[in-house]
Amino acid sequence: MAEEFDELLDFELTDEEKELLDGLAELTELGESRRRFLSQAAAMGLGAAAINLIAQEQLFAGLRAADELDIAPIAEENAVAVKFKVNGVEKSLTLDSRMTLLDALRERLGLTGSKKGCDHGQCGACTVIVDGRRVLSCLTLSAQCEGKSVTTIEGLAAGQKLHPMQSAFLKHDGFQCGFCTPGQICSAVAMMDEARNGEASYVTPDVRNRPRAMQLSDEEIRERMSGNLCRCGAYPNIVTAIREVHTGKPVDAVAWTFVGGKEDTDASI
Amino acid sequence: MRPFKYVRAVEPAAAVKAVTAEHGAVFVAGGTNLLDLMKEDVARPTQLVDISGLRLSQIRSAGGRVSIGALATNTDTANHPLIRQNYPLLTQAILAGASGQIRNMATNGGNLNQRTRCPYFYDVSMPCNKREPNSGCGALKGVNRNHAIFGWSQKCVAVFPSDMAVALAALDAVVKIQGADGKVRSIPIADYHRLPGDEPQKDNILRPGDLVEEIGLPKNNFADRSYYLKVRDRASYAFALVSVAAALETKGNTISDVRLAMGGVAHKPWRAAEAEKLLKGSAATEANFVQAAEAEMKLARPLEHNRFKIELGKRAIVRALQMAMRGGRDRV
Repeated sequence: MAEEFDELLDFELTDEEKELLDGLAELTELGESRRRFLSQAAAMGLGAAAINLIAQEQLFAGLRAADELDIAPIAEENAVAVKFKVNGVEKSLTLDSRMTLLDALRERLGLTGSKKGCDHGQCGACTVIVDGRRVLSCLTLSAQCEGKSVTTIEGLAAGQKLHPMQSAFLKHDGFQCGFCTPGQICSAVAMMDEARNGEASYVTPDVRNRPRAMQLSDEEIRERMSGNLCRCGAYPNIVTAIREVHTGKPVDAVAWTFVGGKEDTDASI
Repeated sequence: MRPFKYVRAVEPAAAVKAVTAEHGAVFVAGGTNLLDLMKEDVARPTQLVDISGLRLSQIRSAGGRVSIGALATNTDTANHPLIRQNYPLLTQAILAGASGQIRNMATNGGNLNQRTRCPYFYDVSMPCNKREPNSGCGALKGVNRNHAIFGWSQKCVAVFPSDMAVALAALDAVVKIQGADGKVRSIPIADYHRLPGDEPQKDNILRPGDLVEEIGLPKNNFADRSYYLKVRDRASYAFALVSVAAALETKGNTISDVRLAMGGVAHKPWRAAEAEKLLKGSAATEANFVQAAEAEMKLARPLEHNRFKIELGKRAIVRALQMAMRGGRDRV
C-alpha cells in the first residue's frame, strides 16, 4: 500500500514520514486499530505531510477486515431483532429500540468509517447508502432497517481497488482533517446516481424538462452536496474531485505552494 | 433518548389501533424530525408505531387531480413526472428544503407534521408554550429574528418550517385523513395548519390516532408560470427567513388567476390574500407587483428583531412574481 500512496502524492516526504508510511501499510495489514496508530503518530510529533497521510488513511478504512464486535449489552431494553445487509454481508442483531443505524454500525459492527459529527442531521458526516439512496444514519433507527441493504465507506472499494470517488478525493485533496470525508464520499457516490436518473435540484433551471441524465455544473454539485459540511473548508477540492468522476474527464490536481520563503511558513508554537 | 417500544404496522387500520391503544404512542416514518426531537428530549414517546411499510407511497393521477401518498418520500415526490410536469412549484419547494439525504428519508406526511425549529421550543431549559403549555414564550421578548410577522399570539411567535407546505398552500391542496374511528375526511390545506392563538401546542387539526393518507392536488393552469423563491442565511441547507410560492395564469398581459403563499413568516403557510386580490385582473407589471406586495406586508406585525422581514418579504414577493412570469427558469 505504501506504493499506492507514493503514486498519489507528488510532494517530497522526509525520511521520518516515509518510515511512518511503511508502518501504515503494516498496521493496516495487521488490523491494528486506527486509533492506536493515530496516537503513535501524534506522539512522534509529525509534520503536516504526515498528518495529511493520517487523514488519507481514513479512506482506506475498508481495507481492514471489520468484525462484529462482541460487546452487546447483557440485557436490552425494548429489544428489537433486526436483519439487514451491511456491505453485502447479512447481519442479524438484537438491539435496543433506540439504537440508530450509525451507532449499530460503529458500536456493534465495528464499522467506524461512518462518523458521528452532530448526531442531529445537520452535518452529513454519518451519510451512508441504504437501498441505493444516501441517508443520514444518525437519524435512522436500526429497527427501521429490517430487510434493507446498507453500504458504508468500508464497502465502496472492491478489494484493494478504491472506488473512483475515493481515488478522486485523494488525488484532489478533497479533505484536510478527514472527519467529514466518509460521509462526503458516500454522499457523492449516491448523488451521481441521482444525476444519472435525471433528478432535479433547487438550482436546476427547468424542472419540467426531465433529461435521462443530468450534466452537473459546479453550482449543481455544490447545491446537491450541501448536506455535507466540511469545517476545514475543502469544498473547492471536493467539487473538483466529484466533477472529475462525474464527467470522466481527468482534471489536473492543483499544486499548492506556500507564498513567501521558508521563514514565512515556519510557524513556531 | 428515553426508552420506547417499537412496533411495525402492516396496514393502516392496525397502525391507528396501535397508536390509540397506548397513551404516548406516535407514528414514525422517515423519522428525520421525530428522532432529532427525541434526542433533544423535546418529544418523549413511549411507543413508536412504524408506518413506513404501509402502502401509502403512490403518486397517481385520477380525474384530473394528482394524489401523492403520505409515505412517498420528498425526493420521489419532487421527481415524479406527474409533479415535475404539472406542479413544478411543488418540485421546487420540496427541493428547496433540507438536504439530499434528508429528502430521501422524509415523507410527505412527515413534512406536513414537522415541528417548528424555534430554538426556545428545542431547548428544554427554556420556557415554551408549544412544548409545555403555560410555561411562557421565550421568543416573544427573546431573540426573535427568525420568528413570525403574521398571525402570532402572545403565547407563541414560532414559524412553521416546511417549504413543501407553502407550495401546497398556493396549490390549494387537500389533505386526506383517516380518523381513529375509521372515517376518512378531507381537509383543505388552508385549514390543516393553525395559528397559535391560545393553544400553540397544536400545530394542526389532527386528532389522536389520525393518520394522514394522501395529499390531493387539484388541476390548475399554473405550470407555465410559477416559482418558489427561498431566502435564507446561507445558499443552501437552511430554513427560510422568507419564502414565496408564486403561481400565475395570464391572458395576454392580464393576470387571470394568481396564488401567493409565504413561508418563514407565520405559524402556518401564509396565503397572501391581500396581494392576490389586488393582482387578480390587473396587468402583470412590476408596478402592480410592488403595489400588491406592499399591501400584503402592510398587514405584518414585526417583533423586535425581525422587522427586516417586511422589506425582505416585499422584495421576495416581487421577485417571485417576476420569476414566475419568466416560467420560473432564469434565476436572477
